[in-house]
Formats: sequence, C-alpha cells, structure tokens
Amino acid sequence: MTRSDKETLLSVEGLGIAFGGLKAVNNVSFGVRPGEIVSIIGPNGAGKTTLFNMISGIYLPSMGQVTLSGEDVTGIAPHLLARRGMSRTFQNLQIFQSMTVLENAIAGYHLQERGPVLADLFGLPSSRARAKRAEAGARKLLERVGLDRAAEREAGNLSYGSLKRLEIARALALDPKILLLDEPAAGCNAVETEEIDHLIAEVAASGVAILLVEHDMKMVMRISNHIVVLDHGEKIAEGDPATVSRNPAVVAAYLGAENADG
Amino acid sequence: MSELIQFLFSGVTVGAVYALVALGFTIIYNASDVVNFAQGEFVMLGGMITWFAHEAGLPLPLAALIAIVLTSALGVAMNKLAIEPARGAPVVSLIIITIGASIFIQGTAQLVFGKQIHTFPAFSGDTPIHVGGATILPQSLWMIAGALAVFLALWLFFSRTLLGRAVMATANNRLAAQLVGINTNFVMTLSFALSAAIGALGGVLATPVTLTAYGVGIGFALKGFAGAMLGGMGNPKGALLGGFLIGLIEALTAGYLSSQYKDAVAFVVILLVLFFLPQGLFGRKTTDRV
Repeated sequence: MTRSDKETLLSVEGLGIAFGGLKAVNNVSFGVRPGEIVSIIGPNGAGKTTLFNMISGIYLPSMGQVTLSGEDVTGIAPHLLARRGMSRTFQNLQIFQSMTVLENAIAGYHLQERGPVLADLFGLPSSRARAKRAEAGARKLLERVGLDRAAEREAGNLSYGSLKRLEIARALALDPKILLLDEPAAGCNAVETEEIDHLIAEVAASGVAILLVEHDMKMVMRISNHIVVLDHGEKIAEGDPATVSRNPAVVAAYLGAENADG
Repeated sequence: MSELIQFLFSGVTVGAVYALVALGFTIIYNASDVVNFAQGEFVMLGGMITWFAHEAGLPLPLAALIAIVLTSALGVAMNKLAIEPARGAPVVSLIIITIGASIFIQGTAQLVFGKQIHTFPAFSGDTPIHVGGATILPQSLWMIAGALAVFLALWLFFSRTLLGRAVMATANNRLAAQLVGINTNFVMTLSFALSAAIGALGGVLATPVTLTAYGVGIGFALKGFAGAMLGGMGNPKGALLGGFLIGLIEALTAGYLSSQYKDAVAFVVILLVLFFLPQGLFGRKTTDRV
C-alpha cells in the first residue's frame, strides 16, 4: 500500500501551542490515513506528548487545525473525540485503579452500552443484553492483549507492562477509527515490547489508523509506515523509515544526540 | 422499656434526615472525591423555600416541589460558578470552596427569609401513633420512608445504570473517564443537581418536626457527615446506616446521659471512626499507585 491511495483520516495543519513565551510546538503539519502507522519521534522535550495532547483535546492549541474525517475537531473535549472515533493511551497510564481489569475493559464500551436510564434501573432485558455484549466484547479484547486470566484482578495490582496492554484494550473497546498510543512500550521488557508490537500491527491491519509516540527506535523503524520527526517543537523531517533514518538533520538532532542508545 | 422505645423512635426520626444528608454527600463524593459541606444548606433551603411558597398561598405539595427544583438548580449553579472554575485544584481546596458556598447560602437565606424559625403543617396530621407505650408522629414515618426510598433509588442507580457507573468512573479517574467517552462535566452537574434535590427533600420532610431557620444547615451537614464517615464515605448503604446510627446514638445520649451532650456525640463518632475505622463500615478500600 502506498501512502496516497486512501483519504486522509486525521490531518494536522500548522498546529502549535505556547506555554507563556515558550513555543512548545510550532507549526506542525502531517496526515494519517486509515490502516497506517504513523510515528512521531524526536529527542526528549521535542514536544511529542504536547502534540498528542493537542490532537486529543487535552490542550487547546494556540494555532493551527486538527481535522478528523473531514471535520474540524480542534480543541474539542476528549469525550467528544471519543464519540467521533479517536481513542488514546497515556505515557503515564490512565487506568481505573480500583476497578477490576474486566471492569476497566468494559468501561471502554461505555458509548456502545448506552441506553435509557430507566431500562437500566428496572433491569429490563434490553439493558441486560447490552451489559452482556459489553462484557463479552471486553473479555475477547482481554484475550487479545493476553490479560484474560487477570480479568478479575484489581487493576491497581497489575504490573506496568500489563497495565499498558489493558489501556490499549480499553482504547480498542471504543472501536476507534484512529488510535493514539503514547509510548506503549515504555517500561516494558523485550518480550512485552514484541507483544505490543504485534498487537499494533494487527490493529493497523484491521484498518485502524495508528499514531504513535515511541522511544524504542527499533520498534518504530520496524512497524511504521511513515515517520514525523520533531525537534524543539518543530517538524524537521518526515517520510518512510528508510528515508528518515538517512536524513542528516534527523541524524544530527536525534540519532546523533542519543547515539549511546543505539 | 417504653422509654427506650421512645428514644429509638426519636433516634430513627432524626436519623432519617442525617441519612438523607449522608446520601447527598455520597453522590458528590462519588463523582469528585469532594465532600460538599453545603449539603446542610440544601436541607435548610428545602424547608425554607417550602415554607415561603406555602406561606404565599401555594398548596403544600406544589410548594415542596418548587423547593426541591429550586434547590437543585442552586446546586447546579454552585457547581458551575464555584466548583467548575476551580477544576484541577486539589480536593482540599474544593472542599474549602464548598464551606465558602455554605456560608454564602446561609447569609443570603438570612437576608431573604429573615432570622425567625419557620415551619409548615405535617403531611398527615399531628396525631401521634401509639406503639408499645411510646408514640411516633406520622411525619416521622414520612421521613423514614423518604430516606429508604432515596437509598433504594440511589443504590439501583449506582449499581445498575450505566450513568451511575459513569459517575463512579469519573471519581476513579476523570481523564480515563473522558477517554472512554464519558462527559465528566455533565456527570458533575448531574451529581450536584441530585445531591441538592435529595438534601432539599430532607428539609421538606423534616421541617414539620425539626423546624427550620437560616442557620440549621451546618448542624445537619456535620451530623450527616458523621453518618457518612461512620458508614464509609461513598457507599449509599453506609450512608443510610450511618445516618440512622448517628440519629440513634444522639437520641440515646440525650435520653440517658444529658441532652447537653446531644450535639457532641457526632464529633465523638467522627473522632472514633478516624482513629479506629478510617474506611467506615462499608467504605471502599483505596489503593493508590505512586
């Protein structure tokens, strides 16, 4: 599949934000198409997570536009983005700690499970059927991320790597058109990283667009269709993995600065 | 024996109001971890507005309905004007804001309704019912039934409805709740509206027995808070039981020790709970990951 044979699903144009006088992200543009894995890379402090937070409605950008499926969604609240098919995970995990793993995954079905409050209150068959569907879906997703055996455990007791996968499962429960993953492999061991790697490729293959921020360069180079490189809040390069890794500006800003990481 | 039964009757009567206040605390706490100390003012307003509207010539049921709707609207306004602008502030700051709101509501009520003590007729007359050598007022039965009905409705709401679980999810992790598509602003508005309505209902039911004045809110808030703490903050079952227990402890203390210690009991209970049972009887356990 080449980059141009599908409509752009998410398009970011001239996006920027300033905190006080500091331009954390400045004039960044790129697009993501269905089924494509686009990675944002750059040295620490380059503005990757800030860019993510603007796209997903956590921060209000001070300039530029975010378009999802042709609609302007700049600065709209996360719960509305969720309803339009954008789902995300966080670098520092946003899990319902005191719920069970299964309940966390079921929470992801919130939008699909909605029905009349009175039907819920009286436990009508329609309400029970919705709850059952959500639970069945949640169990299937947990199986997909390898957490089915931990379903009844309290989420707060899980290992970091497991919580990362739980967060992805919950994000997938929303049946998103685009999934934003903020460092899904951070803090995971080699085996866990490979599992997450497979999971992401599989999700993309099912037609979901993936926007990824990741420090594990091997993983990024292996799975990305397209890479956007940030440095000091500006886009310094973009292209396929081979092009980007040969780009002298990228080597200087990123690989050069962090060559100790290999 | 008839003496004990009499004390128990007055205990459950006043306990029903404390239970309603505690249930009001539960909702806002579940949505936001905030303890809303203006909860007692909602009770005061429920009684006051009903009295005012009844005095103006409206039939009692209509006056009560108006009181509940207006108080509920005030709860929403309080959230929009005082809590929402401070979103992101630590919970303690938000709790202090609710204390400020409580003082403001109390002061305004003093200006609007005056300093007199008010009441309105009981719903089913004032003829006491004799049971086992003691008496209970028909209004007490209304109060107890009100507390039980609200408890049942809330319990079903939180355990069965998706909206109820969305409220719990919002308290657990607001950002995560937004990510799965929950409108957390709506959840907050809803919980303030519900909580204020429940408080006002308490005031409507209790005023014929306890009377009302601009300053009664703080007492209800503290005792309802003691009930909620005793039962375990956040749990409707705990709030109901805790509220009734505080009422009973208070009535028994007043009866067998001295009515002067009546108000101190709630504080003693708060202290004992904090020392020996910080989660309360049915409290949720907290596991914070750092």
